Amino acid sequence: MILRLLQEGGVHTLNQDFNQPMAAAPPLPRVQKGRLQHLWKQVLIHRYFYLLVLPGLLYFILFKLVPMWGLLIAFQNYSPFQGIWGSTWIGLKNFHDLFTYAHFYNLLRNTLIINLLNILLYFPVPILLAIMLNEVRHEAFKRVTQSIVYLPHFLSWVVVAGLTYFLLSTDVGVLNKILHSFGLQQVSFLSNSKLFWLMITLQSMWKDAGWGTIIFLAAIAGVNPSLYESAVVDGASRFRQIWHITLPAIRHVIVILLILRVGSIMDVGFEQILLMLNPLVMNVGEVFDVYAYTQGILNGQISVGVAVGLFKSVIGVLMVLGANWLSKKAGNEGIF
Amino acid sequence: MSLLTQKRLTIGDWINYFLLLLIALTFLLPFLYVISISLSDPKTFIPLEFRLIPAKLSLASYHYLLSTDSFLNSLKSTVFITVVGTVLNVVITFSMAYGLTKKTMPGRNFILTLVVFTMVFNAGIVPNYLLVKDMGLLDSYWALILTALTNAWSLIVVKSFMESLPPELADAAKIDGCTDIGVFIRIIIPLSMPAVAAFTLFFAVAHWNSYFNALIYLSDPSKWTLQLLVKTLVIDSDSTGVGQIAGTDQTALPQETLRMASVVLALLPILVVYPFLQKYFVKGVMLGSIKG
Repeated sequence: MILRLLQEGGVHTLNQDFNQPMAAAPPLPRVQKGRLQHLWKQVLIHRYFYLLVLPGLLYFILFKLVPMWGLLIAFQNYSPFQGIWGSTWIGLKNFHDLFTYAHFYNLLRNTLIINLLNILLYFPVPILLAIMLNEVRHEAFKRVTQSIVYLPHFLSWVVVAGLTYFLLSTDVGVLNKILHSFGLQQVSFLSNSKLFWLMITLQSMWKDAGWGTIIFLAAIAGVNPSLYESAVVDGASRFRQIWHITLPAIRHVIVILLILRVGSIMDVGFEQILLMLNPLVMNVGEVFDVYAYTQGILNGQISVGVAVGLFKSVIGVLMVLGANWLSKKAGNEGIF
Repeated sequence: MSLLTQKRLTIGDWINYFLLLLIALTFLLPFLYVISISLSDPKTFIPLEFRLIPAKLSLASYHYLLSTDSFLNSLKSTVFITVVGTVLNVVITFSMAYGLTKKTMPGRNFILTLVVFTMVFNAGIVPNYLLVKDMGLLDSYWALILTALTNAWSLIVVKSFMESLPPELADAAKIDGCTDIGVFIRIIIPLSMPAVAAFTLFFAVAHWNSYFNALIYLSDPSKWTLQLLVKTLVIDSDSTGVGQIAGTDQTALPQETLRMASVVLALLPILVVYPFLQKYFVKGVMLGSIKG
């Protein structure tokens, strides 16, 4: 999520560049040269810059563009032995199968619910936490707390999932050990499909909510202290200061982040879900990427896997563009 | 009355401090618990008994893990991927970002559009997998390094950081006869050290933590990375919530302490460097918003 805002910051500058005329070239010599010749000269002048860009550019072409060629497989009955050239074309049949497959709506439901819960429960937490941290007057206390809440962001999902197991599982989970010590029946929290969505949301919160405060704290830090001083003179309580000064100061950031978050509603923390899935929670935890992975890579249903991925990507792009449009509509700068 | 400097704590302050303390504890306790139990002495460890501090301390679980080939191999391969991958990440990202700061370069807009496009649209898991497979990179560490050489977000942040540097130094160096590459290496990189530090950390953490790519590209267990191995040790042994492995065999080390020790080893490098490098991480995030 933070990454998104940063892109926003970065792309904003990039946007300006797009608008600049391409050639701020040195004036042409007396002789009128052909356009091609002029271009060639420009290319020669910049040869070292091309050299610097080249390795990265090759990476983007080879690992980002070339795989798009493979999207054609979504319209084929792909066989690995015949390749893209030899496989039979079946038009939209893979998509037709996907949409008529009852399971598809399960995938859609899980994706949307996990995201909605994330927006409702997770999204406000970094804002709240940032305000709480901002109200702390002891620098040392604030710094230490910040260090602690940022830390989980740098752990892998494997470690976070592992810690979750040590909290909730039946054999090594702390909660069950406590239940056991009271002579109570153990509960298998991790295979309870009713708890799965909530657990995923809480897990995301634990891992990233602290790190998410950075962007808000930065926005709050930009507030002119004299605003607070005059509020105090006017007899405003701390709560009123938060309500009338701090919150309006970060409103802009909140709106942008919220819109971007809505734009990425097709994306679910895929590693996270994959690590927490087990057969008993499959029906509530399977999302598009998991399906693409299990069908396309594990079960060898390559065409199905590609089709699911393509469907997800296309909806994802539409959502991002829609969010961008909405963001401009709301008077913010767009991301593109 | 000094308005903002008053240190007298109100009830609201106390509640706030108390809540933050609780929050900090929910973040800290899992680490402390796992580290503490992983240090249990195997002989006195009783599964299903709840304690926060082991009855007797011992490094037996760590000794055991670090004596197994599979663990040592995964550690070695993860270090290899992290070191080589991070060096390539930094070199490629910073040189490409600098190249893209040159606004007069023909084709620059096309390249930038391509980069932003990859941020919005990607081919998906399966086509990427097929590409790696066709390149013959399955079960090779290069699959993990090459598929993550750079990324659009880092490029854009580094590029806008470089654009915020004063252009006079680079101009002066060029007048003194430096080539564009010379300017990059002698002027731009030294000026970009805060960004280099931050992104080195980001890239290294990403490689160390990488799980899904390793899962699909490395199927040979002898090639597994640390995260894959830890996942198998910790989660697969109890994936249905009905595992009954812990401590049934009294001669072996208890599974539980081993599992915790493996998690600790996977997070230890981050835990160790984090307090010293935290400011660079935060700085890295701030870099992006400087100009925005």
